[in-house]
Amino acid sequence: MINPIGKGITMALSQADVLAGIKEIVEEVAGIPAAKIELDKNFTDDLEVDSLSMVEVVVACEERFGVKIPDEKVTELATVGDAVNFIVNAAA
Amino acid sequence: MSSSIQKVIGTKSGSESQILAVGSYRPKRLVPNSEIVDRIESSDEWIQQRTGIESRRFADENETLLEMATWAVEDALKNAKLAITDIDTLIVATITFPFQAPSAATAILQKLGHPKAAAFDINAACAGFCYGVSMAHDFIKAGTSKTVLVVGAEKISDFTDPNDRATAFIFADGAGAVVIGASKDAGIGPVEWGSDADSRDAILMNPSWIDVRDVETQLTKAGSKWPNISQEGQKVFRWAVFSMSKAADKALEAAGLTVDDLDVFIPHQANIRIIESMAKEMNMPDSVVIADDIRTNGNTSAASIPLAMDALLKKDPELHGKLALLIGYGAGLVYAGQVVKLPPKP
Repeated sequence: MINPIGKGITMALSQADVLAGIKEIVEEVAGIPAAKIELDKNFTDDLEVDSLSMVEVVVACEERFGVKIPDEKVTELATVGDAVNFIVNAAA
Repeated sequence: MSSSIQKVIGTKSGSESQILAVGSYRPKRLVPNSEIVDRIESSDEWIQQRTGIESRRFADENETLLEMATWAVEDALKNAKLAITDIDTLIVATITFPFQAPSAATAILQKLGHPKAAAFDINAACAGFCYGVSMAHDFIKAGTSKTVLVVGAEKISDFTDPNDRATAFIFADGAGAVVIGASKDAGIGPVEWGSDADSRDAILMNPSWIDVRDVETQLTKAGSKWPNISQEGQKVFRWAVFSMSKAADKALEAAGLTVDDLDVFIPHQANIRIIESMAKEMNMPDSVVIADDIRTNGNTSAASIPLAMDALLKKDPELHGKLALLIGYGAGLVYAGQVVKLPPKP
C-alpha cells in the first residue's frame, strides 16, 4: 500500500515533486500561472507574491508535504528554489 | 470535635442572557490613506492590497478614550431603553486608557452619575470585547449580575508611532458598547477561548513604564520614548487565519451549530485579508453577511467588534435578532469567540 503524502507523514520527496506542488499552490493562492514559476524566481520580486500570500503558500506547503516551516524560516525563503530545497531537506 | 450542624454557604442562580442593545461612537475625523502615506513611504494601493484599509478614524484631543467610551455607553443605553442606574456591572475592554489606575470603568460610572456598580477593565487586547461578553454571560448565568455593560474602547493613535511603517496605517480609534441582560432563551453561546502565550512577543507595546520613568529621571540613556504598538505581521496573520478559524469552528460546535446555521460573521476587524481567508478556511456559505468595517474605519482593537456590529445593524435592520459568530483575537496572543443573537430592533 502506498502512503499518500500528507500531514504528519514524512517521506523522501524529489525536487521535481516539490516544485510541481509549489507551482499548484502558488497558482491557487496568488493566481500566478504555473508556467511562470521556476526554481530561480524570487517570490517577491519576480512573482509578486506579497508577505501575507507567502504565509498562505507556506501553510499550504506544510499540509501538502507534511513538513514544518517555522515563522522565522519564512523570510529566508526568497526564491522558489529556496522553498523547494527547504522542503526536500525537511522531509528527508 | 464539634457536634453542631455544618453551616452551608448560600448561593445564587441566574438565567440565560442576551445582548439587549449595541451602541457606538466613531471619531469625527476620517483619515484617508493619502494623508499618511508620505510619512511612512507607502502608497494607498499598497495599504489597500495588504489590509483592505481605505481610511481610518483618528480621535482629536476632545475625543478622549473616556469621552468616546461614555458616548458609546449612552448610545447603547438609549437603544436598550435603560438608564445607567439599571446597570449593576460595567466591564471595559481596552489597552489604551492612559492611566495605570484606577480603571476606565469607574471613570465612566462617575461621569454618568452612577458610582455604585461593580466596575473593572480587562486587558485582552483585540479579544477584550469577546472576553467581556463571555464574562457578562457567565455573571448573569451564575446570578452574580443582572444587567451588564460591556464596552470596547480604544484610542490607539495615542500609542502608535506615526512613523512606524508596520503599524501606522493599521490602527484606529473608536468605542462600542453592548448591554447584556437576562433572557429566557440562550442569546449567547458558550465561549471558545484560550491563548498562545508563547507568541506574546508577536504584538507588543514597548517600552515599559519603568523604562519611561528611568529615561525621564536619567537613570538610563536608552531612547525608549513611550509605550507604542508593534507587531510581527506574518506571524500574526498565520495565527489569525489558521488557528482562529479553528477556534471559530469550535465556538460554533460548542453552541451546537454549523456555518450553515449562521446569518452573520463578525470577526475582529484586523485586516480584510485575514477576514476573507478565515471565511474561506471555514467554508462560510455566501449567504453569511461578513463584517468589513476595517475598510473604512481601520483596526480599533477591542472596539472593532461592537463597532462593526452596530454598522451592520444600521446598514441592514433586518439583521436584528439574527445569529452571529463573534471572534476576537490579539496581543497575548489571546482569543475568544462565541455565537450570539444580535440585539432586537430598538
